[in-house]
Amino acid sequence: MKFRTLAATAAIAALALTTAACGGNNNSSSPSSAGSSDSSGSGGTLTYWASNQGTSLDNDKQVLTPQLEKFTQQTGIKVNLEVIGWNDLQTRIQTAVTSGQAPDVVNIGNTWAASLQSTGAFMPFDDAAFKAIGGKDKFVKTAMDTGGVAGQDPTSVPVYGLAYGLYYNKAMFSAAGLTPPNNWEDLVTDAQKLTTGGKYGFALAAGSYTENAHFAFINAAQNGADLFDKDGKPTFSSDGVVNGIQRFLDLMQKDKVVNVANAQYDNGTKAVNDFATGKVAMILNQNNADNSIVANGMTSDKYGVVPFPAPSDAKSQVASHVAGINLSIFKNTKNKDAALKFVNFMTSAETQTALDKPFSALPVLNGATPNFTDNAAEAKTFADIYSTKSKPLPLVPAEDQFESTVGKAMNQMFAKIASGGTVSTDDIRTAMKTAEQQVAAAG
Amino acid sequence: MAAATAPPSTTEAPPKSELKQRRPRPSGWWLPYALLAPAIVFEVVIHIIPMVTGIWMSFLKLTKAFISNWGNAPVIGTKNYEVALDFNGAVGSALLQSFLVTCAFTLLVVGISWALGMAAAVALQGKFRGQGFFRTLFLVPYALPMYAGIIAWKFMLQKDTGAVNHFLYDNLHLGGDKPFWLIGDNSFVSIVVVAIWRLWPFAFLMLMAGLQSIPTDVYEASAVDGAKPFRQWRSITLPMVRPVNMVLLLVMFLWTFNDFNTPFVLFGNAQPPAGDLISFHIYNASFLTWNFGSGAAMSVMLLLFLLLVSGIYLLVLNRRSQRA
Repeated sequence: MKFRTLAATAAIAALALTTAACGGNNNSSSPSSAGSSDSSGSGGTLTYWASNQGTSLDNDKQVLTPQLEKFTQQTGIKVNLEVIGWNDLQTRIQTAVTSGQAPDVVNIGNTWAASLQSTGAFMPFDDAAFKAIGGKDKFVKTAMDTGGVAGQDPTSVPVYGLAYGLYYNKAMFSAAGLTPPNNWEDLVTDAQKLTTGGKYGFALAAGSYTENAHFAFINAAQNGADLFDKDGKPTFSSDGVVNGIQRFLDLMQKDKVVNVANAQYDNGTKAVNDFATGKVAMILNQNNADNSIVANGMTSDKYGVVPFPAPSDAKSQVASHVAGINLSIFKNTKNKDAALKFVNFMTSAETQTALDKPFSALPVLNGATPNFTDNAAEAKTFADIYSTKSKPLPLVPAEDQFESTVGKAMNQMFAKIASGGTVSTDDIRTAMKTAEQQVAAAG
Repeated sequence: MAAATAPPSTTEAPPKSELKQRRPRPSGWWLPYALLAPAIVFEVVIHIIPMVTGIWMSFLKLTKAFISNWGNAPVIGTKNYEVALDFNGAVGSALLQSFLVTCAFTLLVVGISWALGMAAAVALQGKFRGQGFFRTLFLVPYALPMYAGIIAWKFMLQKDTGAVNHFLYDNLHLGGDKPFWLIGDNSFVSIVVVAIWRLWPFAFLMLMAGLQSIPTDVYEASAVDGAKPFRQWRSITLPMVRPVNMVLLLVMFLWTFNDFNTPFVLFGNAQPPAGDLISFHIYNASFLTWNFGSGAAMSVMLLLFLLLVSGIYLLVLNRRSQRA
């Protein structure tokens, strides 16, 4: 009898724990708005997954809803909108690809384009499809090149353009008698001068593997190094890449212009907040940082933007990867025509003009002028970086694995530096060799 | 286990059931089967099918090139297992490292949680004022939603703004720099502490229930013979809660070894090597690289390992209790 009571207690407790565990596990993958994921079957309704471009998921919804209503008025097609945060978006797309329970149209980070293309789950834009959305030539070539692997019909088209820029605090620079840096060496000396009195010259999202991977690429590109060879094999441990990573790590390690606490910054917003509140003089960020800077009370005349500078002996003046958001249509959509109409609408000049400002995006259409900021110099700088100083991340299927392996290795290196260790060139090379093996094993 | 504790009833059972069998089938004989059927269907759907699918997946080259159409994924035999077990390669050595971290983590968490649970249960065994209050207080971590609890820890363990560093360095004035708790090697300490915090109330609850089933006259008799509290605990409490301990340790071992939520919530998706628990490692290995075949192979090996450990554990303990 006693044993039975005990067993019952145990069983109930066990049940409670397992259900709690299930609840926890599912949190990241369960759809947040009911019924939106499988309503694609009915004729006049599209399901659209938007990525988080504004200051919050709600903000995105508020910005997009009037546009979607306009689309419904024009075409009679209803759109079910779901805005998905960046932490969940890749997993959600993955689940959609695996299960076939997919939306009709989805926003993707353009660096994923080639990786997602290789799943075969997305509709290639052939000539007919391009005709339906107004022709390939309406897009800026730099942006259109990110649509997929070269030589194949792309599976995505650009919708928002982004680029990295070096934001600097004008007041802090003029107080120290400095001008914005033109090369890497100046950047380091300026940052050292500005690292005084509890303030730092620089803030980095050193705990974000995607940000770290982007800068591994940009620094390697400045050294003239490529991440993959002609056969698509990773070359992360080549001198150019290793030295580029070293240069970036040294901002915290050798030059000490970055607060070690930044090693825990797992997204760009934290560094942006430090910048907007005057704790640091410079940040490297994509132009959509404007949203958060302004939301923190720093007006657009208080900061300036210059291209991320390369060392004076650099082989190339690359200052950014071609960042941005692309639109993809799932291949098994039952509303292909409606989906194409929607892509056409989203990439039309009118909608682009309406959305570029609230989302701080660069135009992806030929002949459009940037309107995302009222700071004309900033708009010009970003437009210039985007069209002349950007290089696309390698358009190979293993690109996403470059981001996760190299980016995470850099997270660990920053963590080591932050907790008092040192990272030598050999350490970096060893870590990059491991990353190469991981990529090879995954393929 | 149930058989070991209740042998008398089983010896009486056979003659009764023989009698029953000779009788003609009573009407409604199918009712027990009908009542069981939904359970069996759910067992198959929820347990058996996913398990078999997982084992099947582990023999496929299920990378992102095939993920949208599983049927096309080529069978590659034991290749996934070979890669995962090649401890000189990058994937294998990372898996081994994660396995060792998980073993150390499990030993510490289960051991300390059990000790804490036992201490608290013994302390609250006798009647005193405020007993109910303490029981409730100790169960709070268990009652909190897991996410809320771990996220609170995540805030407390921040370097510059966290309560832990504030307490240690600003209030207690320990010397030196404030350390990081969520990156680098300290992350192991953090995850052990958080996991213990979460697990020990369960040990406490189970042991408390176990202790209540011990009759007080045994303690009184031993006290008359001059037994001190520790001797009472060792010679009366421990043997009497042995059945509880057996199940409790096994369950805690399985939960802790498989723990996913704690590292996931505490570290996000970029785990430090020192806090890289195995189920989280497998999740990362398969979801971030989209290589589900490889992830399935690792999961199958984890399953086999846990089955092996549980099997040996039950076999050894059952044999010992039969001998006793």
